Amino acid sequence: MDWSKSYKFFQQCAWSPYLVGALIGVLSWFAIATVKPLGASTTYVRVVGFAEKAVVPSHVAENLYFQKKSPKVDWQMLLMLGVFIGAALSARLSGDYHVERVPELWKRRFGSNVWKRYGAAFLGGFLLLFGARLAGGCTSGHGISGSLQLAVSGWVFFATVFVAGVATALALFGRQRSQS
Amino acid sequence: MIDPICKLALGLLTGFFFGFLLQKGQVTKYRVILGQFLLRDFTMLKIMLTAVVVGGFGVFALLDFGLVESLHIKPMILGSVITGGAILGIGMGILGYCPGTLVAAIAEGSRHAIFGLLGALLGAVVYAEVYPLFESTLLKMGDFGKITLNGLTGGSPYLHLAGIAVLTGVLFCVIELWERAGTAGKKADG
Repeated sequence: MDWSKSYKFFQQCAWSPYLVGALIGVLSWFAIATVKPLGASTTYVRVVGFAEKAVVPSHVAENLYFQKKSPKVDWQMLLMLGVFIGAALSARLSGDYHVERVPELWKRRFGSNVWKRYGAAFLGGFLLLFGARLAGGCTSGHGISGSLQLAVSGWVFFATVFVAGVATALALFGRQRSQS
Repeated sequence: MIDPICKLALGLLTGFFFGFLLQKGQVTKYRVILGQFLLRDFTMLKIMLTAVVVGGFGVFALLDFGLVESLHIKPMILGSVITGGAILGIGMGILGYCPGTLVAAIAEGSRHAIFGLLGALLGAVVYAEVYPLFESTLLKMGDFGKITLNGLTGGSPYLHLAGIAVLTGVLFCVIELWERAGTAGKKADG
């Protein structure tokens, strides 16, 4: 085996999306055979549960939602830590790591004010997690894991997110700019 | 409070590959997610639909071979899945990341993603507080239970996956042709 060639493969910035998708599919076999399907958003609840427990333990104990999703270090929390490490390694190998404060696309439309972008990102993040918890899953848990198990909820979720995302992006950036 | 160590190690290992693949797939980038929602860059759909088709065949095979005990189907509750999905979609359109890629984006240097993460944590705090309001309303509205496509039709899951694979394949062909026409058009303009 030619190791320098395979190392170069890992140094590439981007792999074919079809290859990446297929490998994530294989990873989903591994996840479900060893523990459970891939997911991400429950970890946010468990993390804030820990933080709130340190400040107001009685409040967390009484909260209905934290009774369902109790603060604990679980498989998915470690999975999210792994996501961070894996992505960091991939970006370092390819030299794709770069500090991005305001994305180019955003800059062209809304200017380079850093706090304006940070504020929007904060709001976007809030809606993202609030919506994920209400729906009972996110792009990974519902969108990929749900859909591949042929769950109706996964497909309905996938379609709804897509439509809402397209509508939001068009509202923010407008149609006429889509060719720029 | 804490899962067994070997389960945690499996989580870390699975996550490592997941994060590596998300970064190599470029879906850890704001411009790729927004490009998808503006219908200019189809990377996100290509990855997700390929993962669903490949993942689906394998998972049902594992189930048949007894290597997977049972599936993990989430209930189809119209009220919460549609409302939640719409709120998540709006958030994703503004932020440019989903809950999984948000963490991966921070790892590759996105600073605004850190603020997205703080917002997401606040979103989780607020959701836990208002959850009782939804428990008897949106989370009960239009509850069809844990229904699946193959359960509804009574057909084989493989047949459904084959159907999805064909539709996905056709969609990918159209996208590839469209993308090629787009780059050719740009070259002609330039």
